[in-house]
Amino acid sequence: MVEIGHYALVLAFALALVQSTLPLYGARTDDNRLMAVAGPVTIAGFLLIALSFAALVGAYLVSDFSVKNVWENSHSLKPLLFKFSGTWGNHEGSMLLWVLILSFFGALVALFGRNLPPSLRANVLSVQGWIGGAFLLFILVTSNPFARLNPAPIEGRDLNPILQDVGLAIHPPLLYLGYVGFSICFSFAVAALIDGRIDAAWARWVRPWTLAAWVFLTGGIAMGSYWAYYELGWGGWWFWDPVENASFMPWLAGTALLHSAIVMEKRAALKIWTILLAILTFSMSLLGTFLVRSGVLTSVHAFASDPDRGVFILAILIFFIGGSLALFALRAPTLSQGGLFHPISREGALVLNNLFLTTATATVLVGTLYPLVIEALTGDKISVGAPFFNMTFGPLMLPLLAAVPFGPLLAWKRGDILAAGQRLMTAFAIALGAVLVTYLFIDGAFVLASLGVGLAFWLMFGSLTDLVLKSGVGKANPRVALKRFTGLPRSVFGTAMAHFGLGMTVLGVVAVTAFETENIVTMKPGETLEVAGYNLRFEGLVPHQGPNYTEEQGRFALLDTSGSQISTVMSAKRFYTARRMPTTEAGIETLGFSQLYVSLGDAAPDGAIIVRVWWKPLITLIWLGTVVMMLGGSMSLLDRRLRVGAPTRKQRAVPSAEVPA
Amino acid sequence: MRMMSVMPLRLALMALVLVLGQMQAHAVRPDEVLADPALEQRARDLSAVLRCMVCQNQSIDDSDAELARDLRVLVRERLVAGDSNAEVIEFVVSRYGEFVLLKPKFNPRNAVLWATPAILLGIGGVVLLYTVRRRRKRVQPAALTDEESAALQKMLQERE
Repeated sequence: MVEIGHYALVLAFALALVQSTLPLYGARTDDNRLMAVAGPVTIAGFLLIALSFAALVGAYLVSDFSVKNVWENSHSLKPLLFKFSGTWGNHEGSMLLWVLILSFFGALVALFGRNLPPSLRANVLSVQGWIGGAFLLFILVTSNPFARLNPAPIEGRDLNPILQDVGLAIHPPLLYLGYVGFSICFSFAVAALIDGRIDAAWARWVRPWTLAAWVFLTGGIAMGSYWAYYELGWGGWWFWDPVENASFMPWLAGTALLHSAIVMEKRAALKIWTILLAILTFSMSLLGTFLVRSGVLTSVHAFASDPDRGVFILAILIFFIGGSLALFALRAPTLSQGGLFHPISREGALVLNNLFLTTATATVLVGTLYPLVIEALTGDKISVGAPFFNMTFGPLMLPLLAAVPFGPLLAWKRGDILAAGQRLMTAFAIALGAVLVTYLFIDGAFVLASLGVGLAFWLMFGSLTDLVLKSGVGKANPRVALKRFTGLPRSVFGTAMAHFGLGMTVLGVVAVTAFETENIVTMKPGETLEVAGYNLRFEGLVPHQGPNYTEEQGRFALLDTSGSQISTVMSAKRFYTARRMPTTEAGIETLGFSQLYVSLGDAAPDGAIIVRVWWKPLITLIWLGTVVMMLGGSMSLLDRRLRVGAPTRKQRAVPSAEVPA
Repeated sequence: MRMMSVMPLRLALMALVLVLGQMQAHAVRPDEVLADPALEQRARDLSAVLRCMVCQNQSIDDSDAELARDLRVLVRERLVAGDSNAEVIEFVVSRYGEFVLLKPKFNPRNAVLWATPAILLGIGGVVLLYTVRRRRKRVQPAALTDEESAALQKMLQERE
């Protein structure tokens, strides 16, 4: 089975070569037979890679330690879920997952893209073939997951304990669906440049793909953030770590793309810019893959000492980014510019959004790469950490966030900012109220924190304002308003939800940054600590035996002020026997939107133990907000207008209350 | 080293740190905390911008490593001795080099780093303004030249 998987992968590479050449040539020579090759070859390639992936999963599930990759990263005693997810908890497996998802998206285009202009479809699938081929070659040459060991070891070396978590089953697939989803936008952009024209079909296709990829990437990043939060044991939720930045840059660029694609679809403006953004977004994904996979982040020298993979990915990176940008420079001037608009208009607002988001992307990019560049140029080692990003990224986001509620209220082509401001008066009053309440009634609130809370409320209620206005609540009679409300296009709901979710996330971030409390204490069994109006009583340490680890469980009783017990919080220190590696399992109790976070330190011989207890007010809003953002994105995706392959149904669509000019 | 490039997340990087066996304590320990709350707060603020040298992008405030503990204690000693925040930073940098600073210095070498957001925002803004203006000029089409009107007349007549 393992050899079949390897063989299938080689075959998939051969098919990728066909996919990347024949349809492209067919499109140039207007040969329908050659263009028609693209579909079947793409789908066959996907099936072969799926077979190959299944072979690797199979080897993990049966713990076939004759496969080197399985031996290095698995253990026969590991729970079944982790044997499964461990397939991509390592370099080789995760690259295989990467190409699996890439070829899956390619197959979707091949299956559902029959209504695309044939040359566009052929070109898109060809470009996908180029990307797939490059990464398949990378896997086969430098990172073969199917290498055998002879003789086969009796037992595996186990998966890194930190990765033995349900997070590993969800986080990488979601992240890759996002990363790689942007490859479709990239392929469409490059195909349009090859063709030298962008038509209506182009915009109608790119927007849903961008939305889908964005939804997945949002989920992947949020999931990773929560995973780090509960697993690493000191309660941080974002670290501005280069590896995090690697996923955050495509998200920022993708968010910009999402917004510029709206302009392009509705107003046929910003065409060239949207093409460039599509290229840049996927370039950020490739760069992220390079940064994480090559080891260059640890040090320039680590990269130079084991250069095989790094140089290979760097070559892929240069080929695709450089090639696509060169093509862009060559072809962009020939593309027609779209519609005109006044600076104060919906288009203008979206352009402003793009300006700030791309600047933020560039800031994160420069901050992430600066230490590498400086080390390579001067030999000096410097660090660029969280304080830098907070000082630069934060101020860039503030004006953008403050402007968000205005965007949807401005008309296309030429808007009236004063009228929009008047309509937002209610939201502004609520935000002002939130600032005052926070400042006057919450202990330890300082001006900035209060303003932050106000910004969050401004975002939330500002985005609801759009729904209220468009359905005419308060003006029309309630039944008409309800009818209008339910008749609003789903994309209007999507926008409002996504912006509302952003407000929730901001509220969570502000609350936990400003009002978090921390206690570092030594506790003996029976002792009590007061935290945020609750009492936490340490009950004692209990040893426990897990499937492939042993642990000391610290048990705490959580009491309310009257002394009755609400729940038991369990925080543990684990020791994984195969890797001889300790980890901490934080005890987390969710109370409303806030959380109590308990982490164990050293134990003393007399039964006392160092305990760190955090009160994290409203912290769950950070991730709940992203969930609402994802729902908003999905809602937008369900918009009748965007349902792929159903352009004829457009006529039946209910006209929205506000018909864009 | 290869393990470190395994996961698209900080977790895997952390793993190496953990493998080094530094998981014994948890960042700031009760016995390190200074009696004076104002001084302790300054120590915490300073700790947040100093890097744990043996960790992956962790401040000494967050880190469990022995070296981070030594540095935390050192920072507190300097503060108790009466150093200002800047003096403490200078002292730590003189010992460990600039690598220890999570917030890079404002100096010519780091100019590109710190100026990027402002410069890009500025350039982007100027380009936008320029494009809008140029476009607006294009909105009013130039009057037809005599030749063009003649050609137009000719075409119209031909159609009739």
